[in-house]
Amino acid sequence: MLALKLAYRNIKGAGLRTWLNVAVLSLAYVLIIWHQGIFTGMLKHGSQAVIEDEIAGGQYWHKNYDPFDPLSYDESHGPIPAELAGLIKDKKATPILIRQAAIYPEGRIQTVLLKGIEPGQTILGIPSAGLDKEEDALPVLIGRRMAKSTSLGIGDYLTIRWRDVQGTFDAVEGKIVEIMNTKVPTMDKGQLWVPLEELQKMTGMKDEATIIVVGQNVQGQGDVSPHQSFWCGDVSDWKFKDQNFLLTDINEMVRSKRISAGILYVILLFLAMLAIFDTQVLSIFKRRKEIGTLIALGMTRRQVISLFTLEGAMHGILAVGVAAIYGIPWIIFYSKRGMKIPQATEEYGFALAGRLYPSYSVGLVLGTVLIVMATVTIVSYLPTRKISKMKPTEALKGKIS
Amino acid sequence: MRKLVLFILLISCSFLYGQEPSGKTILEKVDANYIAENRKVISTMVIKGRRSTRTLQAQSWIRGINKAFTEYLSPAREKGTKMLKLGDKLWIYSPSTDRIIKIAGHMLKRSVMGSDLSYEDYMEDPKLSNMYNAELAREENINGRDCYVLELSAKKEGIAYYRRKMWVDKERFLPLKEELFAKSGKLLKRLVINEVFKVGKRWYPKKMVFKDVLKKGAGTEFIIDYIEFDVKIPEYIFSKASLRR
Repeated sequence: MLALKLAYRNIKGAGLRTWLNVAVLSLAYVLIIWHQGIFTGMLKHGSQAVIEDEIAGGQYWHKNYDPFDPLSYDESHGPIPAELAGLIKDKKATPILIRQAAIYPEGRIQTVLLKGIEPGQTILGIPSAGLDKEEDALPVLIGRRMAKSTSLGIGDYLTIRWRDVQGTFDAVEGKIVEIMNTKVPTMDKGQLWVPLEELQKMTGMKDEATIIVVGQNVQGQGDVSPHQSFWCGDVSDWKFKDQNFLLTDINEMVRSKRISAGILYVILLFLAMLAIFDTQVLSIFKRRKEIGTLIALGMTRRQVISLFTLEGAMHGILAVGVAAIYGIPWIIFYSKRGMKIPQATEEYGFALAGRLYPSYSVGLVLGTVLIVMATVTIVSYLPTRKISKMKPTEALKGKIS
Repeated sequence: MRKLVLFILLISCSFLYGQEPSGKTILEKVDANYIAENRKVISTMVIKGRRSTRTLQAQSWIRGINKAFTEYLSPAREKGTKMLKLGDKLWIYSPSTDRIIKIAGHMLKRSVMGSDLSYEDYMEDPKLSNMYNAELAREENINGRDCYVLELSAKKEGIAYYRRKMWVDKERFLPLKEELFAKSGKLLKRLVINEVFKVGKRWYPKKMVFKDVLKKGAGTEFIIDYIEFDVKIPEYIFSKASLRR
C-alpha cells in the first residue's frame, strides 16, 4: 500500500511528463479498441447479411459446382433429389439453377451468371417476388451494383444470350422488373435473377438445379439434416455445405484485416512504450540520491525496483481512466450512429451496408487493457534492473556504479 | 412419230437442265469451295470498335476441319500470340506472360482479340453439310450476283447456331451473305462477303465483314492477304509445344 501511495505521489510529481505518457497510452487503448470494434462489426454484420441473403441455413451443391471455378458451371446441374423435393415443397428449401450467359448493355458484350430462383421463395432475403409478373419479356431482377455497372434501370430491356443444355445458342429479350439493394456483392455483381421455371425451360433443364439453399430453421426436419451429413442416400450427387463452411471467406477476410491492423497497434504501442522507457531511464538517473536514501533507510533493492516498476505501470492504469473519459463517448457514438462506408469499399466484395456499426464486447476491452498493461509493466521493469547493481553509498552521492 | 419422240426428249432434257439443284447439293458445293486438306493463310483482321479501329495480321495453318494453328504477326503488342485448335480443344499462348491457357467454359464466349468473333465461332466445325439440313428457299440478287437463298436448320442438337440463312452465288457457289440465328429465331451474327477471288479452281472470299448484331460497332473485317491450298504442313505445328516455339 505504501509503495502504491509513493508511486502515485511520484508520478503525480512528474507533472507534464506523466500526462504526456498517459495521453499516448490512452490513445493506444482507444484506437485499438475502436479499430477492433470495427472489424468485429464488419464480421458480425457481414455474416448476418450473407446468411440472410445468400446462404440461409446452408446449401446443397451439385457435385460439380465450384463457385470459384467458372469452368465448372457448364456441368454443374442435376435433377433435384427426391429427399430435398419435400423440403422445397414445404418452403423449407429453395433450388437455384446457375448458367452462364452474355448480355449486351449499351452494345457491349458482358458475361453474366443467369440464376433461376422461385419467385415465391422466402428462404433468401432477396425480393424474388418481383419476378412473378406478367411481362412482355423475360422478367429480370438485378442488384444495385449490377444496375450501376450496366446502366440498366427498371423497365429497361436487354438481350440475353446463352447456350442450352446441348450447347445451342439461344437468345431472348429480358426486362428489368426490380432492382434489389442487397448488401451481398456475390448476389449482385455480374448476375441476372430470373424465374427458375423459365430458366429451366430456356436451357432444357427441367426440374434441375445447381444449388439448393435450406432455411435457417430446418435442423432436425425429416431425414435431411443439413448440419450433419455430406452425403445422404438419394442426394449423393449433392454435397451439403454448412454455414461455417460458407462463411469461411468472410472470416478469413476479417482475420487478414485484423492481422494487417496489428501493424498499426504495434507502432502505437511502440511509441507509447518508448515514452515510458525513456521516462523510467530518466527517472532512475534523476533520482539516484532518492534510490540511495530508500535503500539506506532499509528498503531492499527488490522493493525499490517494485516501486519504480509500479510507477511505470501506473501510467497504464491512469491511461485507462483517461481513455474512458473520452473513449467511451467516442465508442458509444460510433456504435449507435455507425460509420459511412466509402463507395470504393464496395469494390472489395465484402458484404456491408451503407453504414458500418462497430461492435464491442467486454472481452475485447479487457483483453486490450490486459495486453497494454502487461507491455507497460514489462517496459517499466526493464530500466529498473540497473537499481539492483547500485551501491547505496554511491547512489547517495548521486553516482551510478 | 419420230418427230414426237424427239420433241418429248428435247422437252425432258431442257426440263432437267433448268432444274434447280437441291439445298443439300448447293451446301456441299459451298463446303467443297471452303474445305481443303491443308491450307496456309495470311489474313488481316480490322476490328472496328466504337472508339478506335485496330488492325491485326495473322498467319494460319489449317488441316482439314479439326486442326488449326494461328500466329499473330502484328501489331507489336499482339505479335507472337498463338492459338491452337485440336478438335474441340483450344489453347492460346501469350508471349508477354509466357503462358499457355486452355480456353474453355465461359472464356469461349469472349471475343477473339476484341473482334466480333468469339472463340466459340473459331471452334465451330466449318463443314456445314455435316451440321445442317439445307432447303432452297428462293433466289435473290446481291450486288449484281444471282444467289440461291438457303435456309439451314441444325441436323442434330448441340450445334451452336440452330438456324442459318445463306445467300450463295449461283455461279461460284460461294456464300455472299450469311445470317446466324439463335434457337428462338433471334438474329445473332451476320457475315457479308464484299470481295471474292479465284485460287486455282476455287472461289474464295477476299474481304468479308463479320458482325455480332447484338453489339454496337461496325463489325470486324477479314481480308485474306494470301492463301495456298494443299501445302505441306509439318505435324509438329499442331502440337502444344509449337505454341512456345
